[in-house]
Amino acid sequence: MPQTRVLLKNIGTPDSETLDGYLKNGGYQALKKAVSDLTPEEIVDSVKRSGLRGRGGAGFPAGMKWQFCASDQACPKYVICNADEGEPGTFKDRILLEEDPHAVLEGMALAGYAIGANQGYVYIRGEYYKGALSLEKAVTEANQHHYLGQKIYGTDFDFNIQVFRGAGAYICGEETALLDSLEGKAGRSRIKPPYPVNQGLWGKPTCVNNVETLTNIPWVVNKGVDWYRKFGTEESPGTKIYSLSGHVNHPGNYELPMGATLRELIYEYGGGIRQGRRLKAVMPGGASSACLTEKSLDVKMDFHSLAAAGSMLGSGAVIVMDENTCMVGAAHNVAAFFEHESCGRCTPCREGTHWIKRILERVKNFEAKSVAEIDLIADLGQNMRLGAFCPLGMGAPSAALSIIQHFRDEFETHVKEKRCPVNIPAVVPGL
Amino acid sequence: MINLTIDNKPVSVEPGATILEAAKACGVKIPYLCHYSKLKKPHGGCRICMVEVEGNPRLLAACTNPVAEGMKVITGSEKVHKARKFVLELLLSDHDARCITCEKDGDCKLQKLAYEYGVEEPRFTGARRNYGVRRDNPFLETDHDKCILCGRCVRVCEEIPAVAAIDFIKRGFATKVSPAYDKALNCVFCGECMYACPTGAINSKIGRYQGRTRDLKAVESVCPFCGCGCNYSLLVKNGRVVKVQPKKNSPVNDGSLCVKGSFGYDFIHHKDRLTTPLIKENGQFRPASWDEALGLVAEKFKVIQAKTGADSIGGFASARCTNEENYLFQKLMRAAVGTNNVDHCARLCHASTVAGLADSFGSGAMTNSIAEIANAKTILVTGSNTPETHPIIALQVFKAVRENGAKLIIADPRQLRFSPYAQVQMRHKPGTDIALFNGLMHVIIKEGLEDKDFIAQRTEGYEELKKVVERYTPEYVENITGVPQEQIIAAARLYATNKPASILYSMGITQHVTGTNGVKTIANLAMLTGNLGRESSGVNPLRGQNNVQGACDVGALPNVYPGYQKVADVAIRAKFEAAWGVKLPANNGLTITEMVKAAGNSLKALYVMGENPMLSDPDLTEVKKHLESLDFLVVQDIFMTETAELAHVVLPVASFAEKDGTFTNTERRVQLLHKAVDSPGEARTDWQILCDLSTRLGYNMSYDHPSQIMDEIASVTPIYGGISFERISKLGLQWPCPDKNHPGTKFLHKDKFSRGLGKFFPIEFQSPPEWPDAEYPLILTTGRVLFHFHTGSMSRRSKGLEEVCPKPYVEINPVDAVKLGISDGEMVKVGSRRGEIQLAAAVNDRCTPGVIFIPFHFKEAAANVLTIAALDPVAKIPEFKVCAARVEKA
Repeated sequence: MPQTRVLLKNIGTPDSETLDGYLKNGGYQALKKAVSDLTPEEIVDSVKRSGLRGRGGAGFPAGMKWQFCASDQACPKYVICNADEGEPGTFKDRILLEEDPHAVLEGMALAGYAIGANQGYVYIRGEYYKGALSLEKAVTEANQHHYLGQKIYGTDFDFNIQVFRGAGAYICGEETALLDSLEGKAGRSRIKPPYPVNQGLWGKPTCVNNVETLTNIPWVVNKGVDWYRKFGTEESPGTKIYSLSGHVNHPGNYELPMGATLRELIYEYGGGIRQGRRLKAVMPGGASSACLTEKSLDVKMDFHSLAAAGSMLGSGAVIVMDENTCMVGAAHNVAAFFEHESCGRCTPCREGTHWIKRILERVKNFEAKSVAEIDLIADLGQNMRLGAFCPLGMGAPSAALSIIQHFRDEFETHVKEKRCPVNIPAVVPGL
Repeated sequence: MINLTIDNKPVSVEPGATILEAAKACGVKIPYLCHYSKLKKPHGGCRICMVEVEGNPRLLAACTNPVAEGMKVITGSEKVHKARKFVLELLLSDHDARCITCEKDGDCKLQKLAYEYGVEEPRFTGARRNYGVRRDNPFLETDHDKCILCGRCVRVCEEIPAVAAIDFIKRGFATKVSPAYDKALNCVFCGECMYACPTGAINSKIGRYQGRTRDLKAVESVCPFCGCGCNYSLLVKNGRVVKVQPKKNSPVNDGSLCVKGSFGYDFIHHKDRLTTPLIKENGQFRPASWDEALGLVAEKFKVIQAKTGADSIGGFASARCTNEENYLFQKLMRAAVGTNNVDHCARLCHASTVAGLADSFGSGAMTNSIAEIANAKTILVTGSNTPETHPIIALQVFKAVRENGAKLIIADPRQLRFSPYAQVQMRHKPGTDIALFNGLMHVIIKEGLEDKDFIAQRTEGYEELKKVVERYTPEYVENITGVPQEQIIAAARLYATNKPASILYSMGITQHVTGTNGVKTIANLAMLTGNLGRESSGVNPLRGQNNVQGACDVGALPNVYPGYQKVADVAIRAKFEAAWGVKLPANNGLTITEMVKAAGNSLKALYVMGENPMLSDPDLTEVKKHLESLDFLVVQDIFMTETAELAHVVLPVASFAEKDGTFTNTERRVQLLHKAVDSPGEARTDWQILCDLSTRLGYNMSYDHPSQIMDEIASVTPIYGGISFERISKLGLQWPCPDKNHPGTKFLHKDKFSRGLGKFFPIEFQSPPEWPDAEYPLILTTGRVLFHFHTGSMSRRSKGLEEVCPKPYVEINPVDAVKLGISDGEMVKVGSRRGEIQLAAAVNDRCTPGVIFIPFHFKEAAANVLTIAALDPVAKIPEFKVCAARVEKA
């Protein structure tokens, strides 16, 4: 079945990463239209009406964020593209950054015009070397040809973009930690409120949007709200790029309208489970999302439906595990990731991620003394959700909690019988 | 106002208040660990303060979440209790809970909460973080395994002294509080982190294992080092001061101290303390009884008095001693000996301020209060290395600039820790202050930025000033001072327009042969712009010693009685004659610098109470010659100082911790200190010795307690008229305080100057007495460092202070060092026309090329061997800040 390629439309076209290639694909027309014919208010209004929700994980309505930022009187303001794509299993932004960087830049310039900012930053994770080069080249080209810089399209609108490479911390994908990192500090989340839309970079109003969110903007501006809302559901309009990984035959990025089912994604687009095995579990929204089982395969992949199913859309990273996966090992693997990435600011996350990992390690290595240890993990997880400082700590126990909930018997076998019912070393792909 | 309920109690608070603040307002107790009331910004890290808010499934941290209208907060639910207990359990899972030997046992916030919430053995067992204890600095011991990573220390260090020496390093479970790259701590060692720590993770090495809070008796006192006059408690166990605790909410230091205050108190019990009177026989001291020693002093004084007259006896009072003692000392000299030859080391620091500001305004002291500095819009710091010499006042400057957006102007030849925050930094040549400030005034007048109303209504002499500063164009001033014209113009505009503007100055202005004129020039600048008589403005001389202000106030000066009442005034003299019941000498006495010069000539005997001219006075070779030629020298001190070694009789005295009395700090605040411990051996308080000696001299002095002396001071000193021990028992009072109902005076000259109209003095720049030449090509300037105090008799006997700063050094700019082939740390000879010393070179850019700096604390390389004894003609203050010198390889 063909994908619904809107955001990925340019991928694979000749020289898509160059200015020439982008212009041939109709690039920078939305920016031209905006600065020549539309007021900033009209753009904010369009984005609001489009129903576009943030694609980085939290799903906050983009138009509302822009409006908050636009209506703040302080200046200067900043636009930040969050390209710190760190959620395990996610690689959708990467392809846009590497192969369609001008679309990201155009989205940022539109955001800048809409909220009244003249400076944008792309915060790209350090590991994305190719993406950073591609972006830097694109910025240079766009500046040379006046799609960025001073007096864009001969108007009074100036917009400059600088690319900033992160240094390898997952927490810097959280917008306020990103801001601290961009300011030269260690990346640790800030207290909210104030929110970045009012006090962001250097304490000024700042709009932080995900890469994929921003690449939606030229489409909304160019083709209009009605066209845009043809895709997806009433509550989650537009298309979504899903990063499918794990034990599937055809892992990769798939762009589908919001609301396609998990089953469609895995079996129709992903070619089903490798070697004809059965699906055991799937994390539909990255490592912070609760896992689902076969029973939930018909869930629609949109914000609302996944939340109703007890998980979340997150970044759209779908991690598939087959029947040969040891779920204790899977939980431990995810826990080890969060233990490594906790910033250490708050007690529940700093200590909680550590102890979850350590207890899971004991269960995995058949060292746990009683099933009470499994309950302790649950206790840790609940308390982290209740009281952690930032989304990292709140999301960190989701995988472990949901895996224990669905596969408690496997844990008990590890503890009581000192053996693994699957007996195959487990690796969560993509971690 | 926002209305909400907390545990069903209604409360109204300002918008933006946090739930924690609202809870405090209505008396609901919410526990916390990382929150620290001294800090502006909350942290939200410990998560102990979590509360339930109706309608929110999560728990919210009370310290970070703002209140909302109609919010219903629940703090006592089972859910909240369980969550808090869980957090405590997590904290304890990584806590080295050996409370048995912990310094904070009984006073630990974690311990208290663990008990309150009944946290038993944590369920999380196994290896913990194990970072051990670090002891690699002289003052602080960091036990990382008792650290709960609340970050209070990290935040206070950044927010209060603006040092940011420590931060969280590593991340997640491995997080640790440490300096960058986990190096050894190298900071200002103020101890702010230690006071902020809720557990036993940061301890004083000086006080470790010497007593825990519950075993200690707290005695309120005042720090004996600088003129800030920080309030703290001496913590006493078994008759020893083992720790100190800064006083929270004090208007002076608000719970902060500097390194000297926090760790410098151990001199109190130093083995070198004098314990018995000493009489010199055949060049050797031998112990003597008080009766013998005081008998000898009285006899010698009487003989000399009879032979060569009362004016052949002189006395140095002390800026280290209490107001009561200084009052008695000058009374003894005047009433018992019969001379006005009484002075003290204010002569060497702010005599020019006392003289200059008295002429300009009518009274010579800080016009405004320490706490007002934080709210100034512009701060001009000149001739003051505030962060090192007045660290607690520097906190106010940091607060003003970093939190309140004030603009900082620095006029100082040296780099200061303030420098990175300065809007304009003028590094003028030492000794050219008057030219520089005349230049600022030139620009202000030329651009019409002067305060015309203020000048017209409140001042006199403006036209004369205008005439003089007319030729101080920026170009002309640049030639003299070396300060670029743009900086002069920028500073002038900023100071004149961004009001209120406050000037802080110190020895860099006063210690010149033109010191009095320098002070008057500063006064001119402030009056010209109307920056006087208002809150957060003013002219603020930062006084150096703990009670130098008080010693001046109570008349330890040769020309004035207590309260700056002139000896020359017949009516005043008659008043004191009546009060003291004795005929008083009419002529002004000699100053310190004059007495030293007269010693051995017209001056035959000298009585020195707690001063050390053998290190503090200029041209020490000459000083020694003079002191040695005295017929009789009495020194009264806590240690055998360089001066005491030359004495015929040495009297051992009580330190500040061993007596009751008052000190007056730099902001004119009279503050009470209490006796905390007994004096060693037979040492007595100065006031008791003075009473005894005076009585032996035939002038009866008898008091039961220093409070009676203060009552007498109040009765003869109008500015202290309303001050009594009783009134200042809780909080000091700032003079003028003329009567018992007067609340004290926060800032001076509100509607009227003390002298009526403020007076402009037209002042021309005048070159220093000695300027570099081919033979001595460098300018030598002297001063203090953070870790030592004056002649070092106390600070150099403090273990930590001496360990961190053990050696003398000369700061030299790399440009000069390269020319001379000198590298950092190398021993060099520094010489002037008066002598030579050897010390290590510190090659750095704190001085500009052509200028060198030597701290004067070190007897082994005394800077004052080199300095010139040229005096200001009015204030008789020596030129400590400029003389010609040369540096050679040793």
